[in-house]
Amino acid sequence: MAATSPGPRLAAKTSRIVALIRKEGRQVLRDPSSFAIGVVLPLMLILLFGYAMSLDVKHVPVAVVLEQPSSEASEVAAGFQLSPYFETRLTRSMAEAEELMLAQKVDGIVHLPADFARRAAQGDANIEVVVYGVDANRGRFIQAYAQAAIAQAGVRRAAEGRSDPTAGGQAVVESQLWFNAANDSRYFLVPGLVVLIMTLIGAFMTSMVVAREWERGTFEALFVTPVRTDEILIAKIVPYFLLGLGGLLLCLGSARLLFDVPIRGSILLLVAVSMLYLLVSVSMGLLISASLKGQFLSSQVALVVTFMPALMLSGFIYDLRGVPLAVRLISYLVPARYYVSLLQSLFLAGDVWSVIIPNAAVLAVFAAVLLALTRLTTRKSLG
Amino acid sequence: MTAPVIVGRDLRKRFKQRAGGTLDALASVSLEIAAGGVSALVGPDGSGKSTLIRMIAGLLSADAGELTVLGIDVAKDPQAIQDRIGYMPQRFGLYEDLSVQENLDLYADLHGVSAAVRAQKYPRLMEMTALGPFTGRLAGRLSGGMKQKLGLACALVRSPELLLLDDPTAGVDPLSRRELWEIIAALVRDEGVPVLISTSYLDEAERCDHVVVMHRGAVLAQGRPDDIAQVAAGRTFRAAPRGEESPRKLQARLLADPTVTDAAPEGGRVRIVCTTAPGDAAFAGLALEPVPARFEDAFMILQRAADATRAKMSTGPAPALRAEQLSGGVKAEVVVEVRDLVKRFGEFVAVDRIGFEVRRGEIFGLLGPNGAGKTTTFRMLCGLLTATSGTLNVDGADLRRSRAQARRKLGYVAQKFSLYGQLSVAENLDFFASAYGLAGAARRRRIDWVMDEFALHPLAGVLGGHLAGGFKQRLAMAAALLHEPDILFLDEATSGADPVARREFWGRVNALADQGVTVIVTTHFMAEAEYCDRIAILDSGRVLAQGAPAEIRSHALTEGNPEPTMDDAFIAVVEQARAAALQGRAA
Repeated sequence: MAATSPGPRLAAKTSRIVALIRKEGRQVLRDPSSFAIGVVLPLMLILLFGYAMSLDVKHVPVAVVLEQPSSEASEVAAGFQLSPYFETRLTRSMAEAEELMLAQKVDGIVHLPADFARRAAQGDANIEVVVYGVDANRGRFIQAYAQAAIAQAGVRRAAEGRSDPTAGGQAVVESQLWFNAANDSRYFLVPGLVVLIMTLIGAFMTSMVVAREWERGTFEALFVTPVRTDEILIAKIVPYFLLGLGGLLLCLGSARLLFDVPIRGSILLLVAVSMLYLLVSVSMGLLISASLKGQFLSSQVALVVTFMPALMLSGFIYDLRGVPLAVRLISYLVPARYYVSLLQSLFLAGDVWSVIIPNAAVLAVFAAVLLALTRLTTRKSLG
Repeated sequence: MTAPVIVGRDLRKRFKQRAGGTLDALASVSLEIAAGGVSALVGPDGSGKSTLIRMIAGLLSADAGELTVLGIDVAKDPQAIQDRIGYMPQRFGLYEDLSVQENLDLYADLHGVSAAVRAQKYPRLMEMTALGPFTGRLAGRLSGGMKQKLGLACALVRSPELLLLDDPTAGVDPLSRRELWEIIAALVRDEGVPVLISTSYLDEAERCDHVVVMHRGAVLAQGRPDDIAQVAAGRTFRAAPRGEESPRKLQARLLADPTVTDAAPEGGRVRIVCTTAPGDAAFAGLALEPVPARFEDAFMILQRAADATRAKMSTGPAPALRAEQLSGGVKAEVVVEVRDLVKRFGEFVAVDRIGFEVRRGEIFGLLGPNGAGKTTTFRMLCGLLTATSGTLNVDGADLRRSRAQARRKLGYVAQKFSLYGQLSVAENLDFFASAYGLAGAARRRRIDWVMDEFALHPLAGVLGGHLAGGFKQRLAMAAALLHEPDILFLDEATSGADPVARREFWGRVNALADQGVTVIVTTHFMAEAEYCDRIAILDSGRVLAQGAPAEIRSHALTEGNPEPTMDDAFIAVVEQARAAALQGRAA
């Protein structure tokens, strides 16, 4: 064959890649399962999380312990009874309320002690709020609402010209979060959601579409054309990378609109580290499907190797400082772990370079190694 | 004479098997394919045809040996070959969620075909494949024959220097097969593209310029089909049955004779290939008419000689597959009655008012292309699908009312291997025996029985999924016969099976019918209709013709073709019906 100059060769290469990407795009749009995983599932996750956060904490059953009725104590109790956020049960003793809580009949206890009226008059009234904290997020919300309800009772009294038993240090609200005192992230959900969606689209979906080509024999026909292995890989990476970025924008939008989560760091940096993680996640999907070649097996393995660790070992649900050493060591192999750290600091703290640089560097190394491995494993061969 | 396009020397390929052990897919294969014309690879399943084609396409590397394609060493530069050849894999390799046009465009883009060349090439491809009206249709919605043509078109978007087709006609009806061969012939004639094709149809191999006969990874013979046919010279005859004997009975009797290599019913007579040139006394009383040797005759001789381990067809009396003997022979009693049967799936009418009757002890064949409605009819007959309307009686029971009662008398072998791959042969049989309600000594007796008859004892511990194709089919049939059914349904039992395995299969079906079992089969191998007592030809959900094989063949009887084959008959019947339908629409 006559040697061609690099110009036309590059043009031919580009047009082959473009043709493959166009094909991939059409398939995503037409295949119900890719559409489900790439578009419907992220939307569902976002809505589910949004729903859980905005609506779930209405009509919370609480016990209000009124040890000795008095006008002051009754007023606080009425505040709870009238609030749309609570379903109130009045009890006369703390023991009774605790029993209700252990039977999970109520999720919180507001304890107005027998001396509430007397101490309110003295200006040092005490209200104890106990919250069932196994579901940490819900617990936090109940706690916050309870405090607001108590504060409102105080404001009402002040407006009527009477003394506010809870104002000015006169009444101290003592809150306790039972069963999960160590929870320290108020906005852990959104960074977690981003990690899950990036992993889902990147690894799970890519592994499925590549394994499908092996399984249906379409790769066999594709291989016997001038197409090169790197072109096939690029054409598989680009569409799912873009789809992942779409998912990211969806998450960021919902973070602002649905969750009211602050984004304290720079958006540009957030997108940049997300692209890095997407690259890691897509190449994990490619690597898995190139070595297994079956759709069912690939998607299962992708789920176990990428999605589950992203859920459980990334520090999203379980604080990694609290897990046994062995599990912690394994978690260092989970790329999602570094991404969660990056996201948490970019969302909640800002551009903390001492966190961003090392974590981003680890992700970059992961991406480079995985891409190289993928390139080595994927061959135009059926053997 | 130009240099050959493919030269292979001592090629070897060994695969590791999941069960442990290895399989020699290719054991020292040497071959040479000339630059012009059509060459064919023929051989039974697992003889190494696909492995060899993939190796030539640079998709598999050889463990040892040398392979040069278009003057390029495949091991050194597979991409250089892939840049220049066209290849259609076994399953066509189409993107089912892309349209016909999008599939074509994708391959044109990948091959770097310029817009100018496309403008000139597309109309020609569309004309050749008759896909013009369907360019917007998704490839997944095409029929088997159309998919095959689209696969071919994708391989031809850029004029290749060599075209490789891996078993392109498997599971495709005779009409589509004939069209494909017309395309290939035109390609060779007009563009001089050398073609290498693998096939399990021996009549296709016969029309090629060069044939490579393979067997268990080795080459048994290669050369012009006429030359290879000479292996059988002087040993091929035709004999007509006498008196009441049907051709298939005579065929079964002859096949049991040790001096006969092969016997097959053909055009109301039986074609015989003898082991040696027969003396005058052979086959007492039969008038043997010598016929010219065909490639198929030589193929059977070569395969049988190479495969000494493959047991010859059972000899002597037919195997006793039933404990309780029914008296053999076709009775007047109707056991399966189908009238005005309709099955709709939404808008689509899969089966459109079909009707036929099957008598006790008969072998009845439902023939037709993929999508003709054969399997749907079968599923309704077995009570697996509910008919939309019509009458459906099996052995006196109305299947639309009392399915369970009817089912007890039925045996069903599905199109796909439907036994448990993770259970051993013995476990599979045990499970099915208990599913049929057999217990205790009766169960053990029946299982022993079918294992004897199907020679499954040596394989008792092998997992179902690890059996070779032919043995899977034996196991499936054994399982279906455990409860001694009066009626046996066999759906596409020979699909994908090689000629030798198909002979064995029909030997067994014959033996069953001799014992009074009614057998209903579907097949798209038209030649197999010769084994049936009566057949019905189905197309687009309707019965186009039915009767004895001789009656069906007479549809294609013309002056130019005094001895039409079943393929000719099928094509004639379908074309007549389609022409009538067109006229009806025009009127």
